[in-house]
Amino acid sequence: MDAVVAEGLVKTYTTRAGTVRALDGLDLVVPEGAVLGLLGPNGAGKTTTVRILATLLRPDGGRATVAGHDVVAEAQAVRASIGLSGQYAAVDENLTGEENLVLFGRLYRLSKADAHARARELLEQFALTAAARRVVKTYSGGMRRRLDLACALTGRPRLLFLDEPTTGLDPRSRNALWDVIRDRVRQGATVLLTTQYLEEADALATSIAVVDHGTIIARGTADELKAQIGGERIEVVVHDPAALPRAREILARDAGDDCRVDDRARRIVVPAHGGVLRLMQILRDLEAAAIALDDVGLRRPTLDDVFLTLTGHAAEDGGNGAGAGNADGGAP
Amino acid sequence: MSGLRRALSDGLLVAGRNLRRVPRIPELAIFAIIQSVIFVLLFAFVFGGAIPLPGGGSYREFLLPGIFVQTVFFACVTTAIGMTDDVNKGLIDRFRSLPMARSALLSGRALSDLVYNAGILIVLMVSGLAVGWRVHTGVLEFLAGAGLMLLVTFAMSWIGVWIGMNVPTVEVANQVGFMFIFPLTFVSNIFVPPETLPSWLQPVAEWNPASVLTAALRQLWGNPNPYVADGLPAEHPVLITVAWTVVLLAVFAPLGVRRFRALSR
Repeated sequence: MDAVVAEGLVKTYTTRAGTVRALDGLDLVVPEGAVLGLLGPNGAGKTTTVRILATLLRPDGGRATVAGHDVVAEAQAVRASIGLSGQYAAVDENLTGEENLVLFGRLYRLSKADAHARARELLEQFALTAAARRVVKTYSGGMRRRLDLACALTGRPRLLFLDEPTTGLDPRSRNALWDVIRDRVRQGATVLLTTQYLEEADALATSIAVVDHGTIIARGTADELKAQIGGERIEVVVHDPAALPRAREILARDAGDDCRVDDRARRIVVPAHGGVLRLMQILRDLEAAAIALDDVGLRRPTLDDVFLTLTGHAAEDGGNGAGAGNADGGAP
Repeated sequence: MSGLRRALSDGLLVAGRNLRRVPRIPELAIFAIIQSVIFVLLFAFVFGGAIPLPGGGSYREFLLPGIFVQTVFFACVTTAIGMTDDVNKGLIDRFRSLPMARSALLSGRALSDLVYNAGILIVLMVSGLAVGWRVHTGVLEFLAGAGLMLLVTFAMSWIGVWIGMNVPTVEVANQVGFMFIFPLTFVSNIFVPPETLPSWLQPVAEWNPASVLTAALRQLWGNPNPYVADGLPAEHPVLITVAWTVVLLAVFAPLGVRRFRALSR
C-alpha cells in the first residue's frame, strides 16, 4: 500500500502583491517503507506540500491520502498516524526536553506512565538523557533538532514528515541527525523528507522528486537523477581571462552544448563524462596549449546543476532572484 | 474516550504546559505584580490626596477594587502575548499536527491564564490589605466578588486569544492589548469618581465594563462607591457585569475560533 498519495494538489495564496500559486497540480506517491526526498529551492512548494499532507493546510484543489485517510475529510485519523518535524524546531523552549516529550506523548493519547517511559526511551536513543532535565532554551541547535524529531516520534507514527531537518545545522550536527534518521529508516519508517540539498536527499532518500514552481519536474533514484544531469562535473579556473575562449574550446570538445562559462570567475564547467580519465586528458590538453590554471577539480552535481539541466534556469533563492552567481555565463 | 472528555483532558494538558512556563519566565509575573503595586502607590500616595470622594470615605479603599479590575483587564494582554508567541514559534503547528482536540489550544490558554491571573490577584489583595483596603461585608460577598473577577478574566482571555491570532509579533500583541485596555480603565470609575469627568464622558464611564465590575466589587465589599446618577449600572452593577461577560464571550470566542480555523487556509 502507498503511505502517501497526492493527486493534482493546488494551493494559492493571496498576498498584497497578488496571487501566488504555491502548488500547481503536484502529484506524489510514497510507498510504504520508502524514503522520498522532496528536493527543491526555497519557495518551490516543498513546505506547502508537507503542511497539506500533515493536515495543517487545506488544499485549494486536488486530493491527498495519508496512511489511507483523506487529509481533509479524515484529518484526525491522518494526525494519529503521522509525526511532523518542522523546519523551525517546534518544541517549547521554556520546558525541559523531558517535559516536551511527555506533553506530546500524552497528546498522542499515551497514558501518563507510558508517556514517561516513551520519553526516557527517546531521550536515550537521541543521546539527550544528560540534558533531559534542562530547559530547551539552553540546548544547541543540533540538540533542539534531535529533540524536535524525538517529539515527532512519541506517538510511534507509521509515517514521518521531515521538513528541512538539517537546514542551518553545522556539518557535525547534521551528520548526527542523518544517523538518527537512517536508524529510523532501518527500523522500517516511511519518511517524506524535504531538502534544498541534493547531498542530503542522496544520503537519506531511496527516491527523489524534484519540485519547482509547485510541480514535480523529475523523479527517480539519486543515481538516476545524477545520470540525468550528467553526473560529476569538471571545473576549471584559468589564470588569464584572455585564455578563456581557448580553454573553453578544449573543454567543450566532448561536452557539446553543456559547457558553462563564468567570465567573472574565469571558470568553466563541463560534465565529466569519463571521470578522472577525462580530467587528465583535459589537463594534458590545457598544458599543451600553455594555459595556466588557478584551480581545477572534479565535483559532484549541486542543486544548481539539477535545476539548470531540468529547467534551464538556476535555482533561485526564495524569489529574490539572486542565484549563487556561479552558473550564469554559458547557460541558455 | 468521548469527544468532550478528550477536549477536557487535552485542555488541561495544554493549560498545565502553559502554567509550567510561568516559573521559567518569572519576570513576567513579577513585573505584572510590580506594575499593579506601582499603580496602587502612585494613586494612593501621589494623586489620592487631590481626589476627594463625594460622600467621603478612604481613597485607598475606593482605589483598590479598581486596581484589581485593571489587573483583570490585563489578562487579555497576557493571553494575546502567549498566543502570538505560540503561533510564531511553530508550537501551534506542532499541536495542530497531533491527534488532539483542537479546542484544547484555546480553552487551555484561557484556563491557564485564569489560574495565572487569579494568582496575581491574590498577591495584589494581600498588598491591598497592607495599605488599608478591607472587605467590610462577609465571606460570601467576598467570594461573590472574586468569582465575578474570574468570570471577567475569562472573557478578557478570549479577547486576548482573538488579538493574539491577529497580530504578527509579541511586541504588537503587547501594544494592541494596552491600546485596548488603557481607555477602558481610565475612562472609568477606577481612579476618579465619575462625576469629575466631562458630562459627555460620564455615560461611557458608567456603562464601561471596567466601571461596572469595579462598582460591583465596591458594592459587594462595602468599599466607597460614588455614582453620578441613578440608573441601571448604579443599581445593578453585578447584573450588568454578568451581562457584559456574556456579550464579550459571545462576540470574541467565535471570532477567536474563526481566526484559529483560518490557520489552515
